Amino acid sequence: MKRCFAMKGGYIMRYIFVFIFHLHVLMSFGQQVDVIKSEQLFQMVENCEYKDKIQVYNFWATWCAPCIREIPQFESVNELNENVNVTLISLDDVDLLNKKVKPFILKKAIKSKVMLLDETDFNEIISRIDESWSGAIPATLIVDCRSGHKFFYEQEFTEDELIKTIDNLIDSP
Amino acid sequence: MMLRAILLTIFGLAFIISGMTDSQGLNVGEKAEDFSLANVDDKLISLDSYKNAKGYIVIFTCNNCPYAKAYQKRIAELHNEYATIGFPVIAINTSDSKEDIKARAKDEKYPFVYLYDKTQEVTKSYGATNTPHVYILKKDKTVAYIGAIDNNYKDAKAADKRYVKDAVDALLANKEVTTTNTKAIGCSIKWKAN
Repeated sequence: MKRCFAMKGGYIMRYIFVFIFHLHVLMSFGQQVDVIKSEQLFQMVENCEYKDKIQVYNFWATWCAPCIREIPQFESVNELNENVNVTLISLDDVDLLNKKVKPFILKKAIKSKVMLLDETDFNEIISRIDESWSGAIPATLIVDCRSGHKFFYEQEFTEDELIKTIDNLIDSP
Repeated sequence: MMLRAILLTIFGLAFIISGMTDSQGLNVGEKAEDFSLANVDDKLISLDSYKNAKGYIVIFTCNNCPYAKAYQKRIAELHNEYATIGFPVIAINTSDSKEDIKARAKDEKYPFVYLYDKTQEVTKSYGATNTPHVYILKKDKTVAYIGAIDNNYKDAKAADKRYVKDAVDALLANKEVTTTNTKAIGCSIKWKAN
């Protein structure tokens, strides 16, 4: 009788364990978001991780409606074009990482790599990313890692525009 | 023949340069156009409405951008500090409805005028791109500064460069503005389809 009760207790424990495990898997399904400083960003831009690819950096934030509208375009290019790697650089307040950014990534099931640029004084950073950038988002920096050439776009991309822009780059010598 | 080529080149360059500056709106050192826009009390306001102004702090902003929201208290403080000594804040809303603009000014008790740029023509002619975007004008409407309010959107106290304050203080003291252009992250202005 006593043994039977112990077994029952074991089952309950196991259920609890399995439940917690599933909860953990569910919660950690959204990708890790690296919090970076501007120097890390500039290093990434200068030293392409994939030397034979087109690296796309899209600057966005959860509060930016046009940014959110264009994210599916970047997701689709990242997934469908093996010559392209997309990194989404969130300009959200780092204090909102767990409250806004991570839930957003989870909800939209974002697969492109997401990083959060943790800075408050952007005056010099903006011009270093591109002289022509006003600081408005959405904005996109495309680096052709084969040649090191950089292209900057302060605009919202439609899917066609993004595909065309990238195809032109890939075809260019 | 040579002369003609040179002249053509000069005209060509002048054309290109004028085209470039046109599309970018105002630059520091250029003269701003006056405008006439409705305030939240429906009265029309222009720069010339301020008879005793020594200059103007023109700020393009909007209701819902988190950066604009983060700065609305600082904008009110700028007005409270400088309006009486000749530098009023003239806030121009770039994209919200007239009702929303009126509601915001009332709810937040804005001490400054909050103008409705229905056609967005003023916003376009100044070349504002992201909110809040500040243009400080001298008395003769020459642009003295374009850019951000300070260098910390999150925490006014932590800002160690107060660009607008420094520029206005310099102008009030008849000194040169040292930092005339800055950049900040901001919400891109929502252009109306027309």
